[in-house]
Amino acid sequence: MPTCGDSMRYDLKLKITYRYDGPTDRARNLLRLRPLSLDGVQTVDAARLEITPPPSERHEFRDFFGNHVCHVAWNTPITDLSVALHAQVRRFATATMTPSGLAFSDMAEALRTAHSLSPEAPHHFTAASPRLPQTAEIATFARDFVEPGRPVETLVRRLGHAIHERMIFDPHATTVTTPAAVAFAERRGVCQDFAHIMIVALRSLGIPAGYVSGFLRTYPPPGQPRLEGADAMHAWVRIWTGAKTGWIEFDPTNDQAAGEDYITVGVGRDYSDVAPVRGTMRSAGGQETAQAVDVIPKDSTA
Amino acid sequence: MATARLRHTAPDLLAGYRPAKGVADEMFDASGRMRPVWRRFASRFRNLSAQDIEGRFERADQYLRDAGVYFRQYSSDPLTERDWPLSHLPVIVDEAEWARICSGLAERADLLEMVMADLYGPGKLVSDHHLPAELVAASPHFQRPMVGVKPRGGHFLHFLAFEIGRSPDGSWFVLGDRTQAPSGAGFALENRMATGRSFPELFPRAFIHRLAGFFGDFLSAADQLAHLDGPEPLAAILTPGLSNDAYFEQTYLARYLGVPLLEGEDLVIENGRAMVRTIDGPKPVGALWRRIDSSFADPIELDEHSQIGTPGMMQAIRLGHLGMMNALGSGILEMRAMLAFLPRISRQLTGQPLSMPNIATWWCGGPRESQYVARNAQKMMIGPAHSVDLPFELVGSAAVAGQFRDKTQGSIEDWLREKGSQLVGQEAVTLSTTPAWMTDASGMGRIVPRPMTVRVFAARTPQGWRFMKGGYARIGQSEDPTALAMQRGGSVADVWVVARKPVAQISLAPSGRDGFRRTDPGILPARAADNLYWLGRYIERTEDAIRLLRGYNLQLAATGNPDDPRLRLLHAYLTGVGYDMRDPLPTALIGRIEAAQSCTAKVRDRFSTDGWNALSDLLATARRMQSHVVSGDDAARAMSVLLRKITGFSGLVHENMYRSSAWQFLSFGRALERAEATAAVLSLLACENGPSGGLDLVVELGDSVITHQRRFRVETTRETVLDLLALDAENPRAILFLLNRLQELAMEMPNAKTYNRLSPLNRKLMQLVTEFTCAQPAQISTVRLQDLRRELYDVSDLLSDAYLR
Repeated sequence: MPTCGDSMRYDLKLKITYRYDGPTDRARNLLRLRPLSLDGVQTVDAARLEITPPPSERHEFRDFFGNHVCHVAWNTPITDLSVALHAQVRRFATATMTPSGLAFSDMAEALRTAHSLSPEAPHHFTAASPRLPQTAEIATFARDFVEPGRPVETLVRRLGHAIHERMIFDPHATTVTTPAAVAFAERRGVCQDFAHIMIVALRSLGIPAGYVSGFLRTYPPPGQPRLEGADAMHAWVRIWTGAKTGWIEFDPTNDQAAGEDYITVGVGRDYSDVAPVRGTMRSAGGQETAQAVDVIPKDSTA
Repeated sequence: MATARLRHTAPDLLAGYRPAKGVADEMFDASGRMRPVWRRFASRFRNLSAQDIEGRFERADQYLRDAGVYFRQYSSDPLTERDWPLSHLPVIVDEAEWARICSGLAERADLLEMVMADLYGPGKLVSDHHLPAELVAASPHFQRPMVGVKPRGGHFLHFLAFEIGRSPDGSWFVLGDRTQAPSGAGFALENRMATGRSFPELFPRAFIHRLAGFFGDFLSAADQLAHLDGPEPLAAILTPGLSNDAYFEQTYLARYLGVPLLEGEDLVIENGRAMVRTIDGPKPVGALWRRIDSSFADPIELDEHSQIGTPGMMQAIRLGHLGMMNALGSGILEMRAMLAFLPRISRQLTGQPLSMPNIATWWCGGPRESQYVARNAQKMMIGPAHSVDLPFELVGSAAVAGQFRDKTQGSIEDWLREKGSQLVGQEAVTLSTTPAWMTDASGMGRIVPRPMTVRVFAARTPQGWRFMKGGYARIGQSEDPTALAMQRGGSVADVWVVARKPVAQISLAPSGRDGFRRTDPGILPARAADNLYWLGRYIERTEDAIRLLRGYNLQLAATGNPDDPRLRLLHAYLTGVGYDMRDPLPTALIGRIEAAQSCTAKVRDRFSTDGWNALSDLLATARRMQSHVVSGDDAARAMSVLLRKITGFSGLVHENMYRSSAWQFLSFGRALERAEATAAVLSLLACENGPSGGLDLVVELGDSVITHQRRFRVETTRETVLDLLALDAENPRAILFLLNRLQELAMEMPNAKTYNRLSPLNRKLMQLVTEFTCAQPAQISTVRLQDLRRELYDVSDLLSDAYLR
């Protein structure tokens, strides 16, 4: 285990609130909010999930990909819901992306010889997934980045950079259900859209790619204090680069490898596998939701 | 004597029967001799006159029409029902041959269970290279939340079907394993009933193995799975609902087996247990015979768009509280590419080849297989590897005998090279033929050979796999003996497994038990109660409208004067409740009948076929009339016809429906609607300064003219009318009578009293009954009547709160 010396410690605070237009009957949610402990990458020292009103049922389990799931349900109607996470996480500095993995041209063979259905196996991440059908326009876009002899990491960087260049970050352009194809055509979106587009692009080239949800430390402008609750949950991409080098992570929204500023909550094929709150309710009206996130570096003086 | 001669001279119906060369035939063996199992049947029926034959077939068709058996196809118009395509001649199989088929299929069923347990368990088939990871991981039928789950009772598979065919060499093979939620078992029952109408004689009847024993054993196994942790949990059927093409079969099976037919919204999960919402509160469910696809079962853990699932169901399964027959995720076994690997997996896991092989299949993801398929494309069907459709159901891009079936361009070689891992090649098999009755253009019928496949059903029981002794045969439309002829559009037939001597009678009672079992009249799910309540309301509302429209048209015919004051009153009233009086038969009336029918469709497992047919007939008649009916006499006569038909339906329900809680809710709906309508009419036409002629009209509409004359012997006054139509406890159209009725029904409902205190619903009804029992006509003002209408809405809400949510 690495020591504190080469890690960042974070105090994480997240609050998601829902207000429903009318009382919702039989609300039931799956919460995927508790960060993962990942060998050599991230350690969760403490995590507490507070749910108001207190649910009538609460079960914790790990899903197929190993994510922490908190299954909650209410047997009386509720009009408000608040979910608050408070966690202390250490994130270790990981090796930066070095183009040491597979050449693109060797990917097909590497996949053919990967005989596993374990959650880490690349084959879960090659085909279309619930939210991400194949998209011809994105596939055409991706084709330009193929250089058969060069490492997959190089392609990932160039593709990620191109998506970052092409897209404008715009929190008002898309919603949580906007298809990747639409965001790609509109050239606008948020981290979810950036990540989805990159996953579709990589899969179209035969490169296994998945979705990561989590938190990103943000830096206030020089000389200004960090604003409380100004952050949001973040999403980026994980890419399989061969049996030896395994998975790497890249953030197309910020055009950078996901390093020690990143805290992983969940991994999956697309947003639907890791949605922080996934649920149903019987209610006639709509709902309003708000999210506040603080990623507070403990060792910093900010 | 005459008969004997006639029979002698009747032409032999088999005279022109010529099975094709190189094809096996069910009736004749390879040497051209009739198989023994067909001989007695053929000798009895081959000399029937065409007239006799058609008479027999008509009896079967009549049975199917009366029973309301219909067939629905998703494709064109989602809700059209078409006649059941019965091929009236059965497929006959000797019991010894059937036993051999079933023992081969039982091995196959065990192998499928092993594969399932591995895919959702250790995953060794993939890690040991017996199955490619990408085939499984890329399949939409691989349900990741099921990985690591121990199914309740220890088994994943409980009810299977196998689509089998016979090769030219006489041996049988499997075209597809149906492991997700196979349909057809109920249709096999209906085919049996219908075919029995065509051939009712003691021979063959006494020699055919029964189907009931199989269902009895399955039901008993389902109960056992439900009761693993106590006697309380129920077994039920989980249906996708009435838009599913096999919904009729599901309602039929629910009635036949005596188990509840539930939709996802009937269930809630409480503390990890599945509960059905009933009028008497939630009741636990321990086993579900699942007829919905896995991905729809739970919108929070599986397909998030599912509208027909139950949130949290996966949790109940994970905790072992709910047994799914079959386990979620079992659709992966239906994948075409699986057939390429099962033979090898069988040798690997059991050390034996499959004694019932499947259609030869090559997954084109491997370079050797892909090249083999490319070289032999002429003898293959090439299609999507992940498809779960049977080989002859061509979906997506497909190539048959070296030709693309759709607009796909390019060469098959390129296609295989580029998309190999998404494709399979399957041997273009030749099927056996079986006798079918075909009528030519001139109307002449004869018996001809037609290709067929048979669906065989298996149920897991504590004694091992049990097979239905019979099956569901599909008959191809043309002579083409390749499996392609089996595409949709063919017909279906009964399968007779025939014994050498008469077989014992079996009923649904599980084998090894004596006597009958009296099952609980059963639970009433809240959703079903809701539909019954609204059915009652719509039927009453419709009947009321028909009466008013008839009154209007009679008056119109009598006076011929649209300015007649009574006509104007009726016109205003009917317009006010939504009828466009410019139409002799207003479209809104048809809308009301449709609403009633749609409620009935959702609770069809609770209605007799007669009731359903009566309602369908009412709707069809009203639609027909709408095009030609003219106002006045003609429309009045039309309304009389509709009135007879709707009271026919009510009569069937009233006379024949079991006095269960279902009946209570239906009756409650009718009484409430009628009370509300009476209050509405009285407040409009019998108000203090009411229109002239209004009082007489009210009495007439209330069907109470004679009673009024007998009781009061005077002209109508507001007092006499209110006395008769509001405060009379003996007049079935009076408000007090109806309030008494509502109270009676509500007192019979669950939890009418707790700790000797009336429920809110009963408290409200008690107040109203007391008031109307004691009131004098003068006290019932128009304002009171209007308030009463509002209070009746409250009664409806109280009913909903207590029972229908």
